[in-house]
Amino acid sequence: MRALTWHGKHDVRVDTVDDPEIINPRDAIIRITATAICGSDLHLYDGYIPTMKKGDVLGHEFMGEVVEVGRGSNLRKGQKVVVPFTISCGSCYHCGKHQYSACDNGNPADNQDIGRELYGQPMSGLFGYSHMTGGYAGGQAEYVRVPFSDVGPIVVPDDIEDEKVLFLSDILPTGWMAAENAQIEPGDTVAVWGCGPVGLFAVQSAFLMGAERVIAIDHFPHRLELARRFGAEAINFEESQTYEALMDMTGGIGPDAVIDAVGLEAHGFFVDNVIDQIKVSTFLGTDRTHSIRQAIVACRKGGRVSMPAVYGGLVDKFPLGAFMEKGLTLKTGQTHVQHYMPGLLNAIVEGKIDTTFLISHRMALEDAAEGYKMFHDNQNEVTKVVLRPDFATAAE
Amino acid sequence: MSSDTQLDQRRHDDAPVTTSKTIEPSRALLAEAVTINRPAQELYEFWRNPRNLLPVMENIQAIEVIDDTRSRWTVKAPGERELSWESVVTKDVPGKEIYWQSAPGADIANSGRIEFREAGARGTVVRATIAYDPPGGAIGQFIAKLFQREPRIQARRDLRRFKQLMETGEIATAARTRKQFEEEQG
Repeated sequence: MRALTWHGKHDVRVDTVDDPEIINPRDAIIRITATAICGSDLHLYDGYIPTMKKGDVLGHEFMGEVVEVGRGSNLRKGQKVVVPFTISCGSCYHCGKHQYSACDNGNPADNQDIGRELYGQPMSGLFGYSHMTGGYAGGQAEYVRVPFSDVGPIVVPDDIEDEKVLFLSDILPTGWMAAENAQIEPGDTVAVWGCGPVGLFAVQSAFLMGAERVIAIDHFPHRLELARRFGAEAINFEESQTYEALMDMTGGIGPDAVIDAVGLEAHGFFVDNVIDQIKVSTFLGTDRTHSIRQAIVACRKGGRVSMPAVYGGLVDKFPLGAFMEKGLTLKTGQTHVQHYMPGLLNAIVEGKIDTTFLISHRMALEDAAEGYKMFHDNQNEVTKVVLRPDFATAAE
Repeated sequence: MSSDTQLDQRRHDDAPVTTSKTIEPSRALLAEAVTINRPAQELYEFWRNPRNLLPVMENIQAIEVIDDTRSRWTVKAPGERELSWESVVTKDVPGKEIYWQSAPGADIANSGRIEFREAGARGTVVRATIAYDPPGGAIGQFIAKLFQREPRIQARRDLRRFKQLMETGEIATAARTRKQFEEEQG
C-alpha cells in the first residue's frame, strides 16, 4: 500500500510499504477514505518529538471502511467508522473511569518504559506518533491496523459525508474537552490562545457550554476571522498587547477561564520563547511555553486554566507564584476521545456542530508530503489539509 | 510487608526493603507490583500453571511441566547453548501467593514469591519478589543482557504483559504485519 512515512526533520515521503494484517483477536483493518494532517503532526515534522524511526507511518486523524476483522472485534465488514487517535483497551481501571488516554494496556509493554521514565507512569498508545506512544503505524495510508477495534472506532451513518465526521478522531473532542476542562459557567468570559483547529473548536464549544464572551488570541488574521464567525472577539498579538487588551476588555478582572491551545511550538518574538527555542534545538529540552505563562498571568483570581496544548518535557520560568497566589485550577491531558465521540456525533448529525468550515485544502494521499510543507509554511491560509487515497495526484 | 521489615529491624519507614537507597543497585533482589483488574483467584490459577506463562515471559524459551510442583525453565544462550533450571514450588497458598526456588544444579539459581492481594474495585495487586545469583564471566554478561541489564525492567515488562493478557485477552503489539510480529517474538 501507499503511506506517508517519516524520514527526518522536514523529510516525509509517500512510500510503498507492506499492507497491514490482523495480528490480535480484537484487531480490525480499515481502508482509509479520508485522513487529515494535524497540527501536532507538525511537531513530528519539525523534529520536536523524540523516539521517531525512519519509515514510521504518520497520521492519527482518519476514518474509513472496515475490510477485515479479528474474531474478537464487534465490527462488521463494510461499516463506516471514525477511529480515535488514542489506542485504549476498554478493560483497565482507567478505561473504566473513561480516562481513555491513560489506558494501561494500549501501549506495548516494552514501549511503556519510556513513558514511565519521563512521566512517572506510561500513557496509552497513539496512532502514528513516535515509539514512546507505542510505535503504531498511523492512518495517512491506504490501510491501517486498528487494535482494540471493539472499543475505539465509532460506527457512523453510511450517508454522512466523511468531512462532517472525520474530526471526531481527534481535534473536535480535543477542543470540546478543552472547553469542558475550563468548567465554564453561564456569563463567563473565556480567553483562548491559539486559533488552530483545537482552539477554534474550543471557541465553538465554549459558546455551546454557556460562555457569554470568548476572546480569541492569535497572529494569523485568517484564523482570527474564523473565530469571529463564531462570535468571538479577536486579539492579534502582533498588533495589540495581549495582557493589556484582556484586562481592559474584562473590566480589569481578567478572563474567568483561559485555554492554551498553542503548545510547545509557540510562535512570536518573545524573550522567553527565543530562549526556549534555543534550548529545544540544542537538546536542553525545555518546552516553548509563552502562551501558558501569559494565560496564567491574565487569568482572573480563582479562575480556571485549561491546557489542551501538547507539551512533552520540562519548563523553565513557569509562573508558579501567580498560579498559587491567585488560587487557579489547571486541567489538562491528552483527549479521552472515546468518551466524547458518541455525544459529539449526535451533535453533528443534529446540525448543532459544524466542522467542515475548517477544511482549507483537499489533496491526494499521494501528495501528502506537499501537504505537510504547505501546512508548515502557511498557517494563515492552510487551516486543515484533508488527504484522500482515492484522489488523483495533482503532480501527474 | 511484614516479611520485608523482618529483614532489617533498624528500618524507620514502611517502604518495601527492595526500594531501600542503601542496597546496591546491582543487588540481585527486586520487587515489582502491578494492579490487574481481575479477581485474585483467577490470576492465581492462571499463574499456578507454568505453561500459561510462556507468552508473558519474553526471554523464556520453554517451560516444561514435570509435576504439580516442579517445572523446567529454559533460555537460549549464545553459541547454540541453552541455560536451564528446575523450578520448585516451595509454598502454595491458593488464591494468595506462590513461592518458588530453583533446585540444586540450576544454571541460574533463583527464588521468589508472587503475591495476589485483593484490591477492591481496582482488582488485584500482583507483586513479584525475585532473588537470583548473578554468575560471573561470559555467562554472567549474557544473563545481564538477557535481563536487559536491569532485571527489574524485565520483571516489570513481564508483569505488564501478564496484565494485558488477563485484562484484554491479548498482548498489545504495534506490529503491522504477521512477519513483523514473528520477528519481534524472536
